[in-house]
Amino acid sequence: MTDTIFPAAARTELVPGRGGGGPASTRTVVAYGFWIFLLSDIIMFSGLFAAYAVLSGNTADGPTGRELFNLRSAFIETAFLLVSSYTCGLGALSAEQQRRDRFYLFAALTFILGAAFLFIELTEFAGMVHEGAGPSRSAFLSSFFTLVGMHGAHVTSGLLWLVYMVAQVAVKGLRPHVLRRLLCFSLFWHALDIVWVGVFTMVYLMGIR
Amino acid sequence: MDGDDRPLADRTPGVEHGEARADFLSYTVGFGLAILLTIASFVVAQTNLLWGPGIPVGLIVLAFAQIGVHLVFFLHMGTGPDHTNNVLALAFGMLIVFLVITGSCWIMANLNANMTMPTSHTIQR
Repeated sequence: MTDTIFPAAARTELVPGRGGGGPASTRTVVAYGFWIFLLSDIIMFSGLFAAYAVLSGNTADGPTGRELFNLRSAFIETAFLLVSSYTCGLGALSAEQQRRDRFYLFAALTFILGAAFLFIELTEFAGMVHEGAGPSRSAFLSSFFTLVGMHGAHVTSGLLWLVYMVAQVAVKGLRPHVLRRLLCFSLFWHALDIVWVGVFTMVYLMGIR
Repeated sequence: MDGDDRPLADRTPGVEHGEARADFLSYTVGFGLAILLTIASFVVAQTNLLWGPGIPVGLIVLAFAQIGVHLVFFLHMGTGPDHTNNVLALAFGMLIVFLVITGSCWIMANLNANMTMPTSHTIQR
């Protein structure tokens, strides 16, 4: 039976990861499944990016990006998110090495930096709404608030997830299934940073020109 | 299955124990490169270092470079056998993202061009 499905010539090509050597580790399979979720999330973001790209010129005689965007706060936001990505990676690394104290330290740093990012973003939003440049002002601002707000909502849920993961580590310890959930969290947090690279390039850096 | 004292209990035969794992150096190198690329993006956008009309292209190139750095150093995309499926899924995802963004821009630019009335000044940018 197997001979008809895999002829002998093809069977010699089977190496680990390409059908040979038995099933992959749970860790590899979990990471693959979560990676597919992340890609679908990024595809959802691509729809919002496309909407922003199409609508960014339709300001309805309202304020334009050049008048609204503050590159200094965009740079600080970018720096906070990038450093939090780094500390998140170091936290995942400490967890892999079963060093719980270091994990708590890096998780706290990640949380503080993520919360600071969110605080700056919300302050910026509040200022824009106060100036009369809210999401209902023009198609450009609707798409801006949808795209950047959706990223902010992801960061918010990431922060809640991080608190939940710290609680799991505190209660259950660094067991294999907790480590796999931590792996998914750090993939999620790094993916948010990748989306933010698109946001600050397309919205802020191209918007001020 | 998830014994406390057996952190590698979920390994199956065929998975090498020396499979690529994250290490401190990888994160730090990625972090340094990402900082350089971010600063380069902000500098390029605000100065005349690049030829004016070429700035958006430069920014896109820098963004793609930074996304690549994130994928390799933070998400640990590699060429190992464990990563074949991840890289294939990534390639498919990028294809869809490309189609959605360039397709939308292309179609909407075309519609805008066809909708423009001779007297209208609001549609064109």
